[in-house]
Amino acid sequence: MIRYIGRRLLMALPVLLGTSFLIFAMVYALPGDPIRALAGDQPLPPEVIAQLRAEHNLDDPLLLQYLKYLAQLFQGNLGTDFAGNPVSETIALRLPITARLAIVAIIFEIIFGITAGVLCALYKNSWFDNLVLVSTTMVVSVPVFVLAFLAQWLLGFQLGWFPVAGIANGWFSLILPGLVLAALSMAYVARLTRTSMAETLGADHVRTARSKGISELRVVTRHGLRNALIPVVTFIGADLGAMMGGAIVTESVFNIPGIGRAVFDAVRNQEGPVVVGIVTMMVFFFIFFNLVVDVLYGVLDPRIRYE
Amino acid sequence: MAAPVLQIRDLRVEFRQKKDWREVVHGVSLDVGRGEVLALVGESGSGKSTIAMSIPGLLPRNGRNSGSIQLDGQELIGASPGTLRKIRGRQVAVIFQEPMRALNPVYTIGWQIREMLQAHQELSKEQARERAVELLKLVDIPEPERRVDSYPHQLSGGQRQRAMIAQALALDPQVLIADEPTTALDVTVQGEILELLHDLKGRIDASILLITHDMGVVADLADRIVVLKDGAIVEQGDAHQIFYDPQQPYTQSLLKAVLSLSLEPVAAELPAPEPAETPAFDLDHGVIEYPGGRGRKPFRAIDDVTLRLDAGQVMGLVGESGSGKSTIGRAAVGLLPLASGALRINGLDLVTADAGQLREARRQVAMVFQDAGASVNPRWPIGQAIAEPLQLHTDLDAAARDARVTELLDRVQLSRNLRNRFPHQLSGGQRQRVGIARALALQPSLLIVDEPTSALDVSVQEKVLELFAELQEEFGFACLFITHDLAVVEHVADRIAVLRHGKLVETGTTAEVLMSPQDSYTRRLIAAVPVPDPREQAQRRRQRRELLGEAS
Repeated sequence: MIRYIGRRLLMALPVLLGTSFLIFAMVYALPGDPIRALAGDQPLPPEVIAQLRAEHNLDDPLLLQYLKYLAQLFQGNLGTDFAGNPVSETIALRLPITARLAIVAIIFEIIFGITAGVLCALYKNSWFDNLVLVSTTMVVSVPVFVLAFLAQWLLGFQLGWFPVAGIANGWFSLILPGLVLAALSMAYVARLTRTSMAETLGADHVRTARSKGISELRVVTRHGLRNALIPVVTFIGADLGAMMGGAIVTESVFNIPGIGRAVFDAVRNQEGPVVVGIVTMMVFFFIFFNLVVDVLYGVLDPRIRYE
Repeated sequence: MAAPVLQIRDLRVEFRQKKDWREVVHGVSLDVGRGEVLALVGESGSGKSTIAMSIPGLLPRNGRNSGSIQLDGQELIGASPGTLRKIRGRQVAVIFQEPMRALNPVYTIGWQIREMLQAHQELSKEQARERAVELLKLVDIPEPERRVDSYPHQLSGGQRQRAMIAQALALDPQVLIADEPTTALDVTVQGEILELLHDLKGRIDASILLITHDMGVVADLADRIVVLKDGAIVEQGDAHQIFYDPQQPYTQSLLKAVLSLSLEPVAAELPAPEPAETPAFDLDHGVIEYPGGRGRKPFRAIDDVTLRLDAGQVMGLVGESGSGKSTIGRAAVGLLPLASGALRINGLDLVTADAGQLREARRQVAMVFQDAGASVNPRWPIGQAIAEPLQLHTDLDAAARDARVTELLDRVQLSRNLRNRFPHQLSGGQRQRVGIARALALQPSLLIVDEPTSALDVSVQEKVLELFAELQEEFGFACLFITHDLAVVEHVADRIAVLRHGKLVETGTTAEVLMSPQDSYTRRLIAAVPVPDPREQAQRRRQRRELLGEAS
């Protein structure tokens, strides 16, 4: 098991190197001059420009720039943006906000998605099942920003139940954006749970459980849900990894200063080190959570063993 | 006779399909006496499982029943769910078939037995565990203290079924329903489980309701037999009467259709065939391996096996699961490479052949699978499925192919107007005929047949085997007949090769191997097959015990 985890982490290294280089190259290839754009209408004095360019190695060829960046990275330094703020500080500031939003979203996914899926499987073809089918189809087909604006307008503005934007009210202000962020995955979780649960309830071992005279609730939870959750947990874990990368659209609509917004701003300002730093971190989270999911899989299903 | 434990009167079971209720059990009445083993016998669709599942109220959700089922005087039909729940497990327990699927894979067997105990009794975790260990001991699982913490997949098939039985016996039920308890098991394992059930019969108080299609199992265990057909009782009586003096024509035909190991000398020994110059199938010190994972040794499925099959001969490849019999079949059609040794099909060495030669060789070899319905494209009408090999390997035009398909349908005795049907619209026997027709389309010189009848009812199996024998005689193809069923082999094969763990145990003519087996494994294999004859089976049981005593 330990060896398996070690091997997986080692395999993450080339992935991290590859993605960071790709992002680096893409930022490099963007048209326009970041320093000139930074200055706006008032042209900076040439010596300031030269100093900034030198500071950020902007005159070196791509590969050299990247290697210098990597050397810096291995010393634990993520670099600075053009305003002189360390990238690590930006991450430290923004990541907790995104993490909180992701947690809220995942909780919604688990509560609503799994409950709906289980009920659908238990009462197949009932009105509830059909309702879930229709509403999940709608959620899946509507773009996220439409959903976000709709929620903001209806629940925030018209009904006034939740703050419209910002994070002034702590966790409470994350409920609406969390719901929007979770909507799509919630629909998938509901569908996945329904399929998996229906299949498990039809399995021979559930019939055996019934023949033992245990309560129906126990049959459904301990023998049905317990087995049916295995693929669902896998999906939710991977989704958490993706969410840690921030949600650019949701964070923008609800004006949440999370990591998604940070990377969006950095791309617009062509701040190479910031973009690369954050994206590499996103990739790391994604890989990490997938590893956690795989390990969890082995715990949930004793038939799986890693060597 | 004392009052029966279980009294079923005029039981009717209906299933809802769309809006209609369709009755599948039509007023069945039967009694199960105390300590008695009653066998419910019948082909698929006879309603035997449905009747049994009505007792603990375990019908599928779209089913309902009426009539009367009395357990020790208590009426079960119409009983509240709470009442039925208390009866399940405690008074009526069930042993299901295929323990791999009937046990929950994510819990240890100890956990599952404990759950049963704690559902009905106030027991601490430790007490329940102790009782679980005792139960595992009762069903002869080695090292019960350790095994109690094993997951189902960590046990062998036989041990899993023992665990299943232990769970069913946990609360000393009055009625034990055994639903095809040995069907998914290997022959020797089946023998062991039957032995256990036989032994338990004397040690526990439960009456056993045995549901099976295997007349050998019935002969081995049953005191009384109820024969069912299409949801109604055809005949019932004590085991000897049903086996030796069946009154109803259906019972007679059912018993006649059962293939059994006759183990009687063949009247006239076939003249030894002239050794043909080039054998149809010639495996020379063949080794076949499945690649192991990273850093693990490859798994050797076939280990130094030499087999030779002359043109026009039928060789039965016999063995239990994991013996490598199907691996040889797959290698013969070129689906698996040899790690070493040589494999010649009609003289062509598959190891050294080039792509063109292989193509030609494949034309000469065809395969019939266990479930023909699953091995042809479900979206193609069967006519197209049969024509496909013709399209791939011949220059026949559409009209000629059509004519050939018609001819093949005639040969396998399928009606011509079935050609536009889809596989799921056919019965199991019809599908198997489609599989045979397709395999014969190119007139192969070698046919690989993998468990062609094991999914079929006995009467259908009999007809398919008859057809196979006819076609073999007519077309004269050589055949590797892969099966675990010795009775089937006895009926179709000229020669038998017995495999075990990838090694060839014994080979010879059918009569030689079955009548005077040289190897002790072959002897045990033959002894483990239950024969549908109570007296002979009792005698074989004694012989088998002696054999096992010898082996240990």
